[in-house]
Amino acid sequence: MHIALLDLLFLLIVDYVSFRFLFAPRNCLLNFFLLQIDYTGTEPSSPCNKCLSPNVTSCVCTINFTLEQSFEGNVFMYYGLSNFYQNHRRYVKSRDDSQLNGDPSALLNPSKECEPYRRNEDKPIAPCGAIANSMFNDTLELFLVANESDPTPVQIPLKRKGIAWWTDKNVKFRNPPGKESLEEKFKDTIKPVNWHKPVFMLDPDEDNNGFINEDFIVWMRTAALPTFRKLYRLIERRNDLHPTLPAGQYYLNITYSILFLWLCAHIEFKRLSLSYVSYVTYYPVHSFDGRKRMILSTISWMGGKNPFLGIAYITIGSISFLLGVVLLVINHKYRNSSNTADITI
Amino acid sequence: MMFSSKKKLPEVERVVKANDRDYNEKFQYADNRIHTSKYNVLTFLPINLFEQFQRVANAYFLFLLILQLIPEISSLTWFTTIVPLVLVISMTAVKDATDDYFRHRSDNQVNNRQSEVLINSKLQNEKWMNVKVGDIIKLENNQFVAADLLLLSSSEPHGLCYVETAELDGETNLKVRQALPVTSELGADISSLAKFDGPDTKLMQNSGKTKFKRTSIDRLMNTLVLWIFGFLVCLGIILAIGNSIWESKVGDQFRTFLFWREGEKSSLFSGFLTFWSYVIILNTLVPISLYVSVEVIRLGHSYFINWDRKMYYAAKAMPAEARTTTLNEELGQIEYIFSDKTGTLTQNIMTFKKCSINGRVYAGEVLDDPGQKKEITKKKEATDVPGKSQSERVLHFSDHSLMEAIELGDPKVHEFLRLLALCHTVMSEEDGAGQLVYQVQSPDEGALVTAARNFGFVFKSRTPETITVEELGIPVTYQLLAFLDFNNIRKRMSVIVRNPEGQIKLYSKGADTILFEKLHPSNKDLLSLTSDHLSEFAGEGLRTLAIAYRVLDDKYFKVWQEMLEDANAATTERDERISGLYEEIERDLMLLGATAVEDKLQEGVIETVTSLSLANIKIWILTGDKQETAINIGYACNVLTDAMEAVFVITGNTALEVRQELRKAKENLFGQNTSFSNGHVLNESKQQLELDSGAEEAVTGEYALVINGHSLAHALESDVENDLLELACMCKAVVCCRVTPLQKAQVVELVKKHRNAVTLAIGDGANDVSMIKSAHIGIGISGQEGLQAVLASDYALAQFRYLQRLLLVHGRWSYYRMCKFLCYFFYKNFAFTLVHFWFAFFCGFSAQTVYDQWFITLFNIVYTSLPVLAMGIFDQDVSDQNSMDYPQLYEPGQLNLLFNKRIFFICVAHGIYTSLALFFIPYGSFYNVAGEDGQHIADYQSFAVTMATSLVIVVSVQIALDTSYWTVINHVFIWGSVATYFSILLAMHSNGVFRIFPHQFPFVGNAWHSLSQKFVWLVVLLITVASVMPVVAFRFLKMYLYPSLSDQIRRWQKAQRKERPIRSRRPQTRRSSSRRSGYAFAHQEGYGELITSGKNMRAKNPAPTAGLEKMLYNNTSWIENLCKKTTDMVSGFSHDKTAKL
Repeated sequence: MHIALLDLLFLLIVDYVSFRFLFAPRNCLLNFFLLQIDYTGTEPSSPCNKCLSPNVTSCVCTINFTLEQSFEGNVFMYYGLSNFYQNHRRYVKSRDDSQLNGDPSALLNPSKECEPYRRNEDKPIAPCGAIANSMFNDTLELFLVANESDPTPVQIPLKRKGIAWWTDKNVKFRNPPGKESLEEKFKDTIKPVNWHKPVFMLDPDEDNNGFINEDFIVWMRTAALPTFRKLYRLIERRNDLHPTLPAGQYYLNITYSILFLWLCAHIEFKRLSLSYVSYVTYYPVHSFDGRKRMILSTISWMGGKNPFLGIAYITIGSISFLLGVVLLVINHKYRNSSNTADITI
Repeated sequence: MMFSSKKKLPEVERVVKANDRDYNEKFQYADNRIHTSKYNVLTFLPINLFEQFQRVANAYFLFLLILQLIPEISSLTWFTTIVPLVLVISMTAVKDATDDYFRHRSDNQVNNRQSEVLINSKLQNEKWMNVKVGDIIKLENNQFVAADLLLLSSSEPHGLCYVETAELDGETNLKVRQALPVTSELGADISSLAKFDGPDTKLMQNSGKTKFKRTSIDRLMNTLVLWIFGFLVCLGIILAIGNSIWESKVGDQFRTFLFWREGEKSSLFSGFLTFWSYVIILNTLVPISLYVSVEVIRLGHSYFINWDRKMYYAAKAMPAEARTTTLNEELGQIEYIFSDKTGTLTQNIMTFKKCSINGRVYAGEVLDDPGQKKEITKKKEATDVPGKSQSERVLHFSDHSLMEAIELGDPKVHEFLRLLALCHTVMSEEDGAGQLVYQVQSPDEGALVTAARNFGFVFKSRTPETITVEELGIPVTYQLLAFLDFNNIRKRMSVIVRNPEGQIKLYSKGADTILFEKLHPSNKDLLSLTSDHLSEFAGEGLRTLAIAYRVLDDKYFKVWQEMLEDANAATTERDERISGLYEEIERDLMLLGATAVEDKLQEGVIETVTSLSLANIKIWILTGDKQETAINIGYACNVLTDAMEAVFVITGNTALEVRQELRKAKENLFGQNTSFSNGHVLNESKQQLELDSGAEEAVTGEYALVINGHSLAHALESDVENDLLELACMCKAVVCCRVTPLQKAQVVELVKKHRNAVTLAIGDGANDVSMIKSAHIGIGISGQEGLQAVLASDYALAQFRYLQRLLLVHGRWSYYRMCKFLCYFFYKNFAFTLVHFWFAFFCGFSAQTVYDQWFITLFNIVYTSLPVLAMGIFDQDVSDQNSMDYPQLYEPGQLNLLFNKRIFFICVAHGIYTSLALFFIPYGSFYNVAGEDGQHIADYQSFAVTMATSLVIVVSVQIALDTSYWTVINHVFIWGSVATYFSILLAMHSNGVFRIFPHQFPFVGNAWHSLSQKFVWLVVLLITVASVMPVVAFRFLKMYLYPSLSDQIRRWQKAQRKERPIRSRRPQTRRSSSRRSGYAFAHQEGYGELITSGKNMRAKNPAPTAGLEKMLYNNTSWIENLCKKTTDMVSGFSHDKTAKL
């Protein structure tokens, strides 16, 4: 009996959740929007195709898109990568949390886990390890093509701060202690081999530079699955009258930064030497069939759009419902049969 | 003095100088200290660790630990293995240390017993441990002997001494030992010479290491663990192959971000390393805690047995004791019980119940009046060992009509009682208080003599030539002219006495079948009447004897006596001639009547036997008693019933006869079905083995088999063995009589070997030790004098009747709990571990764990260990009362239904299903998802926390569903485990811990972040429902549509909980049968000779020195005789013709 009751209780939750999940996009009260733009550029027609081949100067590509509906409330901008094995064991453990927490000794003597990205040119790498080394470095910008009367595109203000978890920003990641400038603190270290600028030059804002740069922190929180998206920027709601992103024509500007690329064959004696770097490229994903995406999304009361959970709840909910009915019937039918006379030996 | 010995093989002879320590020290004989302990303070750690790592499981985990120290392989940090390993090893070490401490204590107790040793011509007190080989020791009455000694002299006449060997062989009767004639005149209480000391003594040499018993669940578990290892290796290989492929296909392209490590630059080598990494990760399929948990559960069950008040025997303050803690669940699977008779089924107390005198039955009420009368039936004792003076209840028989008849002086009645007072082998003695104490050699005799005493015919004393009886207050001395001793062929004993009037009379008592043939024809009417009475007595399960006398003519007797002396002196055919003479004189007897003695059953034996046979347990009685006695008791305790279609009696004396009898019985059983069984011996046996499983079911009706010791000896030969087994297993009950201790063990081994069934042996004496040791489970009846059976046993019970509760309640519960525990345990670990397997396909087969390392460390030992332990210890499907009331509930255990390979696969499938739900629901949900504050939450750490939380909740819900009996402890453990999980999780993910150990706790802030997301909780809920719902539905349907007996009773129990009537379900049925007499005479041959030789009597007047030599000569001869006869008896091959019933 109580099993059937539990079942009914579960059904109520299921109804509510699945309703929210599936019908949320059409529910005006919730304003749930999602837009994805793939800018990998492997297709020859793609405007970003030109940036696939190495180019010493920086490369910029532009992708146009249209918003059919206005995005209301806070809008979140993500970059997505697929086929990127951030969860590979060798990758996951290739970091030094002490160093990232600003431990001065770990800064100069990173953990062995960081091998082979531990030292370069006899200097410790900061931040060390494969995760930091492979940090995503495309720059995304968003422009609204204003109405015909005013052809100047308006750049959408993107907030760089507030994208990392509070504990990560305030507890887990800290710059080395001391009053000197950031550059001074990192003077005995060397930048990760793939990077084109050192860690203390990630952002002009002192509060977002060094190890506590939020882009860096987000990257360092490794993804569970090979296909993932990470929060890139916030587009804050201005006021109730104006939608955050009004419907209309937009374009996305992708600025590629160079990445010093080296090949594994070039590590010898657990050391790396820049002289072995063979070529320079932009953040490459096509070599392993990866994709790059830019995602614009609003969120609901329980996070982003999640069709899987909705469908799963509906499926399991209906099965539970059926079972509940069957069990209730059986329970009702056999309830009175519990007395000694029925015990058949 | 020189003593030689063949005890030790390398030591052919021992040279010892009495009382010369310096000389004896040259030989470096062992000292008398007893060591049974294994360690001392210094050696404990190294020896214990060495022993522990010899166990495969521990060695395996050590190997894993070493693997983890290799950085290329290490997929888990070292603490995930070392924490459980250290925990397990230290727990075992503590247990070993405690055990050893108790051994030290008992050693010390034995070693420090005091003895009196002759040192420097002075008697000095010395601890037994300091006694040296060659010392002369003075022993007094009732002292312990803690070495092998040579008797030098004693205060008894002729250097005799009586030894009790209960601690050696459990036999409580006294053994006679005689000093060497040369030394016997030394006087003093008892002096003896230490011959073998300490570890060289017979006892220490014989106490072979007990076989380590394992339960069938243990064996199954080991097989399954091996299978799981195989499975683990397969998974490892699959994943290693996957890794090789991935590294060459995908990883190679991914080099930009994921370097090769130096020295592992080929995908094949990477695959090889991955294999070991996965072996480490997946090792939790067989967690180290499995064995420890099983031990803990068994220990708990053992305590339940020890603490059970319903198995506490208040009369002797004797609780049940689980001496082995590793066999409990086997108690729930017993199919065969092998029971000893005396002391186990029966109390070994004989009570005079009824008699028939001259055609009239006197059957009095039995009154319990301890201490009122002086009569104390002290059995089998001469020395008054303080610990043994048990206050037995005196069963006093009184019948007014008999009293009247005595008072009226009915000559037949007087003659009857006189016979009882005269014709026996009892010795009398006055104890300290001047009271008459009988030393009896068989309890039946004691009962008869005591009965006579109660009616005024008091046996006072005897000398080799006289017997003094106080007849109604008047002392009368009879001259003992001849003593016609008992033996197995004669089945009777007689005395020929001359009364003060000069009349010579022969008094005889014996088996009715024998004695009735010897009667004078004039007794015809009385015979038929008495015969009816005997049948009546036997029908009540009493042991009967017929009583007769004959008046002898003086001349006739003289002639006979001369002939007897001739025969005695004869060198050839002495025994035949003597027995011929006995036959000659024991004829034309006048029947007096019959006696009926009750061999008292232990309390509750009938109920227990009935209940156990309802539980489909087959009970075999293995006894050293004679066939008649055994059958009698078989009926008395309901092992044999009148409802049985047939009772086959096998008494053949040769292998051929036995085989024929067995075949015939089988033919009877099958009817014409078994025409095959008359053919060729050689081809047959295989064929029969194949057939018998089918045949067993074909047999309808209940049968029983009775087999004699000497037939059994033949039946146990390899080619007849199968016939015996087949027949015996088709019978509901088997009674083996006159079996030797060795045969008892052989029978048990036979069933064990061929039946694949769980056997239990129960007994109280040393002759049961071998059987107790060889059965799967041995039970000793404690509280008897002999300790040997209890020492060899796995469980000690005070009473046979507790067996019912031990098996039907404790055994059944233990089995049920153990099965549920194992099922859940395997389920839990498969669900927990296989998630890594699924995750491998999404992390490049890199041996990345799904969970936090700490979670892996703590999951089995902290988060989930206690609830399943609580279930394993406390769970019960039906109450103890119902377990007793419905013995049929026992059957699933016998059939191995609750945990077998099939069930294991179901549990594993359940675990795999859960692991699928656990992985793929979060996988789907976390795919491309954002948190409610827009931040990404699809990171590895959140994923790990979500899955770990789901896992803990799912397994907790599952254990809650599995628990059918909720105690406070279950609640505390289940809720507590979940709470512990969350508190440890939050603590380990807290800022403070991270600040101290940033490397060990990189999950900082994760728990709080994840657990505050509604989304995560929705995923947890979905996983829980998805993984539990099918199980709930399946169980629900099964319970309603195909309920097992236990389901039905459980439902009924729930419904009735409030108003349960106290019922007694099984009315006692008293047997009424028309079977023929159960004659019994628990007697040993040879005591007659001992009495007539007078060697066991203290001579009032010292014998003339001239006669001493002759007496000594005689003396040795009767001792030799006695020894010879005893060995004959024990060997069981004495080819006496035991008559068929």
